[in-house]
Amino acid sequence: MSFIPNTDADRARMLQAIGVSSTRDLFHDVPEAFRFPRLDLPPALSEQEILSELDQLSRQNADCAARPCFLGAGAYNHFIPAVVDFVVSRSEFATAYTPYQPEISQGTLQAIFEYQSMIARLTGMDVSNASHYDGATATAEAVIMALSVFQRQRSRVVLSAGLHPQYRAVVRTYTQGMGLTFAGDDAISRPPEDLASLCDKNTACVVIQNPDFLGRIAPPAVMKAIAAAVHACGALLVVVANPVSLGLLVPPGEAGADVVAGEGQALGNHLSFGGPSLGFFAFRRDQIRRSSGRIAGETRDRDGRTGYVFTLSTREQHIRREKATSNICTNQSLNALAAAAYMTALGPGGLRQVAELCWHKAHYLADRIRKLPGFTVHAGEFFHEFAVSCPRPVAKINEMLFEKHGIVGGYDLGRDYPELKDAVLLCCTETNTKAQIDELVDALGGSRHG
Amino acid sequence: MAEPLIFDISRPGRSGVTPPACDVPPAVIPAELRRSAIPLPEVSEVDMVRHYVRLSQLNYSVDTGLYPLGSCTMKYNPKANEAAARLPGFASLHPLQPPAQTQGALALMHGLQEMIAEIGGFAAVSLQPSAGAHGELAGILIMRRWHHDRGDTARTRILVPDSAHGTNPASTSMAGLEAVEIPSDARGNVDLAKLTACLDERVAGLMLTNPNTLGLFEESLQEVTRLVHQAGGLVYGDGANFNAILGVTKPGALGIDVMHFNLHKTFSTPHGGGGPGGGALGVTAALAEYLPGPVVQAAGSGAERRFSWRVPSRGIGRLKSFHGNFGILVRAYTYIRMLGPDGLRAVAENAVLNANYLQARLSAVYPVPHGDRTCMHEFVAQGKIASAPEIHALDIAKRLIDYGFHPPTNYFPLIVPEALMIEPTETESLETLDRFIDALLAIAREAVSHPELLHDAPHASPVRRLDEVKAARELKVTAG
Amino acid sequence: MEYRFDDKVRYTKTHEWVRVEGAEAVIGISDYAQNKLSDVVFVDLPAEGKAVKKETACMVIESVKAAEEVFAPVSGTVSARNEKLAKGPELVNRDPFGEGWLFRVRLSDPKEADSLMDAASYRKLVETL
Repeated sequence: MSFIPNTDADRARMLQAIGVSSTRDLFHDVPEAFRFPRLDLPPALSEQEILSELDQLSRQNADCAARPCFLGAGAYNHFIPAVVDFVVSRSEFATAYTPYQPEISQGTLQAIFEYQSMIARLTGMDVSNASHYDGATATAEAVIMALSVFQRQRSRVVLSAGLHPQYRAVVRTYTQGMGLTFAGDDAISRPPEDLASLCDKNTACVVIQNPDFLGRIAPPAVMKAIAAAVHACGALLVVVANPVSLGLLVPPGEAGADVVAGEGQALGNHLSFGGPSLGFFAFRRDQIRRSSGRIAGETRDRDGRTGYVFTLSTREQHIRREKATSNICTNQSLNALAAAAYMTALGPGGLRQVAELCWHKAHYLADRIRKLPGFTVHAGEFFHEFAVSCPRPVAKINEMLFEKHGIVGGYDLGRDYPELKDAVLLCCTETNTKAQIDELVDALGGSRHG
Repeated sequence: MAEPLIFDISRPGRSGVTPPACDVPPAVIPAELRRSAIPLPEVSEVDMVRHYVRLSQLNYSVDTGLYPLGSCTMKYNPKANEAAARLPGFASLHPLQPPAQTQGALALMHGLQEMIAEIGGFAAVSLQPSAGAHGELAGILIMRRWHHDRGDTARTRILVPDSAHGTNPASTSMAGLEAVEIPSDARGNVDLAKLTACLDERVAGLMLTNPNTLGLFEESLQEVTRLVHQAGGLVYGDGANFNAILGVTKPGALGIDVMHFNLHKTFSTPHGGGGPGGGALGVTAALAEYLPGPVVQAAGSGAERRFSWRVPSRGIGRLKSFHGNFGILVRAYTYIRMLGPDGLRAVAENAVLNANYLQARLSAVYPVPHGDRTCMHEFVAQGKIASAPEIHALDIAKRLIDYGFHPPTNYFPLIVPEALMIEPTETESLETLDRFIDALLAIAREAVSHPELLHDAPHASPVRRLDEVKAARELKVTAG
Repeated sequence: MEYRFDDKVRYTKTHEWVRVEGAEAVIGISDYAQNKLSDVVFVDLPAEGKAVKKETACMVIESVKAAEEVFAPVSGTVSARNEKLAKGPELVNRDPFGEGWLFRVRLSDPKEADSLMDAASYRKLVETL
C-alpha cells in the first residue's frame, strides 16, 4: 500500500509530456554510485496485517485505561469526554495545513483564537499564544522571553528545585549556547520564598512551579510576596502551573506572575506515552512583542466580516530569521484544539468539579496512608499529588503493586532528588475510584512485610 | 455565515459533560486557595458540537483537496495511522511507567529508530524532537558540542544558503551561533567559490536542504560536503524535502553528518492545522553519543529481547519532556511498515514525476527560473504574467482559491521574486494535477482579460481577503 | 514609481534621512523606504537618552511582512521620540518626511551629516534600484 494513484498509463502520459522515457531518468543529479540503494527494511504489509501486528504490540503495554493508575509527575490520567475526541477527529481540523491562507482556514484560526482566550482567562493573564510543544519547552521559551525583555543584558536565571526535573533539564539544553548562570535548584529543601533572595541585578527571571513537582501548593499570599521580592530586583516571575488545578485554585495571573507556562496534556489530551501534547504560554500584553510562538488575532475582511489571522509574524522565524524570538515553526494546533474542546465540554463548573474530585480523592488517599505504620505523608498543602516516605524502595513496592494487584504505582522521587530516596509521589485524578484507592492502601499496608 | 465565538454562544447555567459524584469523604479546601469563577464558556454539548462542526466546515484540508505547497509535502494522511495511534495500549500509556510495563511502545520506538537510520543512512537516531525546527536546534547544538569536546571553541559560525527556510538561521541564533549567508549560483546550487571563501576555522558547519527550496538536487553535493569536512566543519541536513529522495539515495552516505526528518511531511502524519509534528534526528556514528536523550536500546534476542532507555554519554541534553511525540511516531511507523522498501521508493519516484509534469506543462505560461534543470519533488515558478505586469504572485494565489485549490507557497524562497513554490506530492491523481494546471492557465488568461478577478480574489471563500494590517495595529488576540 | 524626495534633508544609502537643526537633528526614513515596507504596524523607537552611532542599527520598524532595522545616519544622544507613532504608525507611510519623523538626536558632531547624500544624489541611487 503506498497511497499512490498513478497507474502505468498515467505515468506514461506524464513521461511523454516531460520528454523522458522513465522516471529513473529524473534522478540524474543524484550521484550514480549512490542511486537506488538497497533498503534493508521489512517488506510492505497490508493495512490488515500492520494493524493486527500493532494491536498485539500495544497489548504488550500495561496501559492506564485498563488498570488503576496513581502515577502523575507531569502527565495525568484524566477522563477525556467522547465529544473531545470527536472534535479532534474531524479531518477538516486534523488534515488541514497551518492557516497561512486565512480565508480558507477560519476553522483553525477561530479555534486557536478561542483557545488563546480560554488559556488567558484560566491563568488570569492578559494574553496567550497558540501553544508550544509541551510544558518543558514552554518553560524554556519563557526563560528566553525574559532574557529578551532585558535585551540579553541579564544572564542569570533562578530555578526552583520544585520545578519539574525534566523542565529544568530542557531549560538548560535550550540555553546552553547563551552563556547563562543558574541558581536555586540545588536543594529541594529550599523553600520558594528563599528564591527571591537569590535575585540580583543580573537576574532575568525566577521560575517557580505551583503546585510544584512534589505536589505542594504555595498559597496566593506567599506567591504575591515572592512576586514582590522578585520585581523589587527588577526580574520577571515565571510560574509553571497545572491547568486542571486552575479550575479550583487562584491563578498565577492574580498572584503577580509575569509569564505563565505549563503542560496542557491534562486538558483533553491522551497520555499517549508522553506526546504529542502542548505547552501553554501566557503573558502580559505589554510584553507581547517579546513572546514566541504563533498568535491568532481578530480582524475584518474586505466586506466587513469578522475573521481571524496569525498576527505579529515579524517576531517569527519565517520573517525575522536569525533575529526571531524563537525558531519555532509549529503550534500544537490539534492538541490545543483538544484542550479548548475539553474546557468547553466541561465548562467552568465541570472543570471546578474535576479539580475538586482530584483534591478530595488525593486527600482521602493521603489520610488513609497516614494511618499506615511505616509510611510518612510529607507535610504541606497539596492539590492532587503528594510525597510519601516508604519503608521499602519504591521500585520494589511498585513491582508488588503491579504484579499482585495490576496497579500502576507512583513516581520514585529518589530518581531525581537524592534527599528523597524511598519516597514516592502519588497522584489521584477523578478517574481513581474509592475502591481503587482502598485497594492501593490495603496493598501498601500488606507490603510492609513483603 | 460567520460562526460566533464560543463565548457568544455561552449562556449562564448551561453545561456540557458532568463529572461523576464524589465517592470519598470530601476534604477541606482552604478558602484562600479558591479562585473566583472562571469566565469559560457555558454551553450544552449539542451547541458545542455544532460550533466545532461548523468551524471545521470553514476549513480547507488535505481530505478536501490538493495543497500544492512547496516544501510542506502535504500528502494524504492514511487513516490506518489514526487507527494505530488510537489503540488504547498506545493512547493510554503513561510515559513514566517502568520499561517492563511498556515493552510494546519501546519496541515500536526502537523499530522506528532503526528504520529511519536505514532509510537515511545514519548510525543512530533520536525520536525526541517535536518538529523539524526542534531537530535543527538539536543538530546545531550537537555540532557545537562536538567541536567543544575537541577543544575547539572558535567555531561560532554556521553557513546557511540564501534559499534556506527561516528556521535555519533562527535555530542557529538560539544555539548561540552566528548564521552566515551563502549565495546560490546561477544554476540554483550552493556557490562553490563563495562557499570555499567562507570556509575557515570559525565555521562549525553548513546547513543544507537537499533538494533545496528551489526543488533542485545539489549538483556538487559530494564536493560541498567534502569542502566543509576538509575545513573542519560538519554538515547539517534539513530533511524538509526528503520526499524527493526517499529510497532513492541515503544522505548519510553522501556526507551529511546530522539530519532531521519531518514525520509530518515525508512520513504522512497529519498537519493538524499547524501541529503536532515530529522531527526525528539521524547522526553518523561519530555523533551518536551526542544525541538528545533518552533513546531506546535493545538487548537480547528472540523471546529474550528487551528494550530500555539509554541516555547518550555526551548528549546535548533533554530536548523536551518525556520521550517525543509518541502518537506521531506510531503513525510514522505504521506508514513505513505499510509501504515497505519498494513503496518508499515509489513515493519519491512518483512525487518527482508529478512535479516534473507540472513544471513541463506550466513553464510556457509561468516563468520557471531554473526550468532548464530537472526539478525534484517541487519547483519554483514566478507569479508573473508577461502581458499583465500589475499582477503579482499573491493575486494568482488568492484566485486559485476560487478554483477550489489551496495556493502554493508564495514569496518563498526569498531569492526568487514573486515565487510560487509548487509541490504536488505522490498522492495526487493525474486528473487532479490536470485540473490544477487548467486552473493556473485560466488564471493567466484572466490576468489579462479580467485582472480585477485576481486583485479582489478570493470571492468564493467563507471570508474574503483579511486585513492583516488592522490585525497587527489593533492586536485583538483574546475574546472580550 | 514616483517617489517623493525632500530637498532639505540628507540621505543614507540605507534610506534614512536626517535634517540638521543647529545642535540637534531629526531623523526618519525616506518615501522609498516606507513604500518598500508597506503598511507600518509598529515602530520600536529608541529610548530617550540612548546613545546612537552612525551607521549602526538603533531601532526597528515593523510592517506585516517585514521588520527593518533603522541605521542612525549620525551619532548622538536621543533627545526626543515621536510618541504619536505609538497610536499612529501609519504616519510613517503617509508623511515620512513630516509627521512620520522617528526621533531627534543631540549631535556628537554637527559636521557628520555633511558627508551624506543630498536629495539629487539619493534620487539617482533610488532610480538604480
